[in-house]
Amino acid sequence: MKKSVILVGVGGQGAILTAKILINGVMKKGYDVKMSEVHGMSQRGGSVSTQVHFGDKVYSPVIGKGEADILVAYEKMEAVRYAEFLKPDGIAIINDYAMPSAATAAGLCEYPEGCLEAMQANFNCHVLKASDIAMQLGSAKCMNVVLFGAMTKVIGLDDIDWETVIRETVPPKFIDLNLRAYEAGREAVL
Amino acid sequence: MKVLLSGNEAIARGAYEAGVKVCSAYPGTPSTEIFEELPKFKGEVYCEWAPNEKVATEFAYGASVAGVRSLCAMKHVGLNVAADPMFTAAYNGVTGGFVIVTADDPSMHSSQNEQDNRYYAKFAKLALIEPSDSQECKDFMKEAYRISEAYDMPVLFRTTTRVSHSKSLVELGEREEKEPTPYQRNIRKNVCTPANAYANHPKVEKNLAALEEYSNRCPLNRVEKGDGEIGVVTASIAYQYAKEVFPEGTSFLKLGLTNPLPMELIREFAASVKTLYVVEELEGFMEEQIKAAGIPCIGKEKVSNMYELNPQRLRQMLFGVEPEVKELPVHAVARPPALCPGCPHRGFFYTMSKHKGSIVTGDIGCYTLGAAAPLSAVDTVLCMGGGFSVGAGIAKTLEVLGRKKKVFGVVGDSTFFHSGMTGAAEIIYNKANVVPVVLDNHITGMTGHQDNPGSGYTLLGEVADAIAIEDVLKGIGYEKILIVDPQDLKAMDAAVREAEESEVPAAIICRRPCLLIKRIKHETGLCVVDTDKCIGCKMCQKVGCPALSIVNKKSSIDPIQCVGCTVCAQVCPVGAISRKEK
Repeated sequence: MKKSVILVGVGGQGAILTAKILINGVMKKGYDVKMSEVHGMSQRGGSVSTQVHFGDKVYSPVIGKGEADILVAYEKMEAVRYAEFLKPDGIAIINDYAMPSAATAAGLCEYPEGCLEAMQANFNCHVLKASDIAMQLGSAKCMNVVLFGAMTKVIGLDDIDWETVIRETVPPKFIDLNLRAYEAGREAVL
Repeated sequence: MKVLLSGNEAIARGAYEAGVKVCSAYPGTPSTEIFEELPKFKGEVYCEWAPNEKVATEFAYGASVAGVRSLCAMKHVGLNVAADPMFTAAYNGVTGGFVIVTADDPSMHSSQNEQDNRYYAKFAKLALIEPSDSQECKDFMKEAYRISEAYDMPVLFRTTTRVSHSKSLVELGEREEKEPTPYQRNIRKNVCTPANAYANHPKVEKNLAALEEYSNRCPLNRVEKGDGEIGVVTASIAYQYAKEVFPEGTSFLKLGLTNPLPMELIREFAASVKTLYVVEELEGFMEEQIKAAGIPCIGKEKVSNMYELNPQRLRQMLFGVEPEVKELPVHAVARPPALCPGCPHRGFFYTMSKHKGSIVTGDIGCYTLGAAAPLSAVDTVLCMGGGFSVGAGIAKTLEVLGRKKKVFGVVGDSTFFHSGMTGAAEIIYNKANVVPVVLDNHITGMTGHQDNPGSGYTLLGEVADAIAIEDVLKGIGYEKILIVDPQDLKAMDAAVREAEESEVPAAIICRRPCLLIKRIKHETGLCVVDTDKCIGCKMCQKVGCPALSIVNKKSSIDPIQCVGCTVCAQVCPVGAISRKEK
């Protein structure tokens, strides 16, 4: 068994924390795991992706086109950008949220219409308003864990005690917020 | 118990376990985190940020001469800066083990080129060690120090972005203290006079020959025996990709010590298989040598020498397997990196974008993004420190051609100390028509906020005497130094004009700390648009702020991203944008 998860969004949206929670969980199950992230220039408001691969034995820390089992998108246009990494029967978990890029903000091009529809027509998609849910919980920042909760529900990684993993992974003062975010994410994809 | 470490964290851990004592580096993606990890070992390991890679390498060489195991680290282009001391350190040799880490960046995630630094090992005549995951990053460090001391040479320890920045499981070990070699003057060995260098060269050749002999039985080079059909010689991250791509039964010769190459082992391995592949990222460094040794193999005729590999690319290039990709009817538009909302550099570049016809020679750092649309306010970016000296070359050429035009040469504060100071001297010495501009945000920004000689702190968190950039410029000979808050657009524009018209050598320091510096309390706020006042002229969009967009033909500011810097408010012709407290 080997699973590849690709977490995509805009620099600063919290993909790395989500990846850490996922890794800490699958490590408890005794899986081999590798993760890859990108630092430096692209973090400055650019498009970013973090990959997590786990299974009995993992060699490569990165995958290419058509190789991801799960795509978690923190922003809907980023889902479209990285869709080519998803297997044809892959699962996408998408935050229904648009963030203008520096190029659209400067009026150089238009933010595309129909991102969600295109994803839904082609993949097994689970779309939720994770940013709104996070805001209701008190902080836009926990959007990443809302999506993470949704992902655990969708892909059935239920034999891992995620609540304990979250407690052990996030900073103490954010444990309650993140636990609520996790639960809210799971409920959002019932 | 195994822990999850990035390659960079594992390199720091490996150096620690190997008993390293003294370390110096200049930050650069993807190498930076090695030295962010080292302060954990404070008390047992001394570590520091140097002003540049050359200084770091000279410093670490000095530590080796003084008898301890030492380390320096840098990104691939940093090694170009450090090449001078490295080449001669190879002749002098070492006393304590001396390891130079170079982190290459295939696909240029955060770099200006994708040079393959393995050639440096061959060129400078150094041992080259290449790990392929975090466990190897840690374990190979220990072997690197052993080889450095046994063969009297610095060791080049080369990673790539995916080795440095991927995380995998690592079994930790204990630190083994290494007794320092008592210091004694050794002119014959350590003073590179021509006569000594002449005598040192055969020593280097002899040590390399002995190392090649050892490489054939070195534990870093190992065979995974298959059924004898296909064999793959590979190293570094390409090994991990090849393991995913080649069929079961494939034999692997996985190399960790790649200069000098274990040619006898390769020959033996080649003879044990019907078809031999050499799989390596970037250039055909191993393949060229293997082919030159008369061993037929398949390599770069199939596998591109450009951009980073991954299993899917490799499968496609080697076996023609097309990926299964669904075509979507919608396409994502570019989301290039941009200056952050509230970035102090924005005010300077916006000012220069309005200063039509001026030439702005830029440099490496966050402020490279001044070249991005809509600011588009940079003419050239070449290398660290080039902002001043490329500008001097352009200005002098315009003068030679009989045209008088001021050039604005731009560097950051860390870059100023790295290699901007020499360019500042060039401008004064040779009377170049350049205004040097230092964008001083008190930190090394792009690499993730490392301290520098101007920031007031060291890597170990101790308070340092911050060197004042204005004092340095004054000492070099600038008679007029304009210090300005770049976020005050009127003051910024006035400073540019004053410097341009100055009869005496003038320089500008744009001074405002990066908003991401955690130890400073920033007075952030929030800008809001009065949509009744907004006339939809889009002037505010010209400042290139990611928090700004046009919604229903009116300006709109994202409250999550905005920090209230007011640059957009200052350019609004109708006063529709105001700041309030967050």
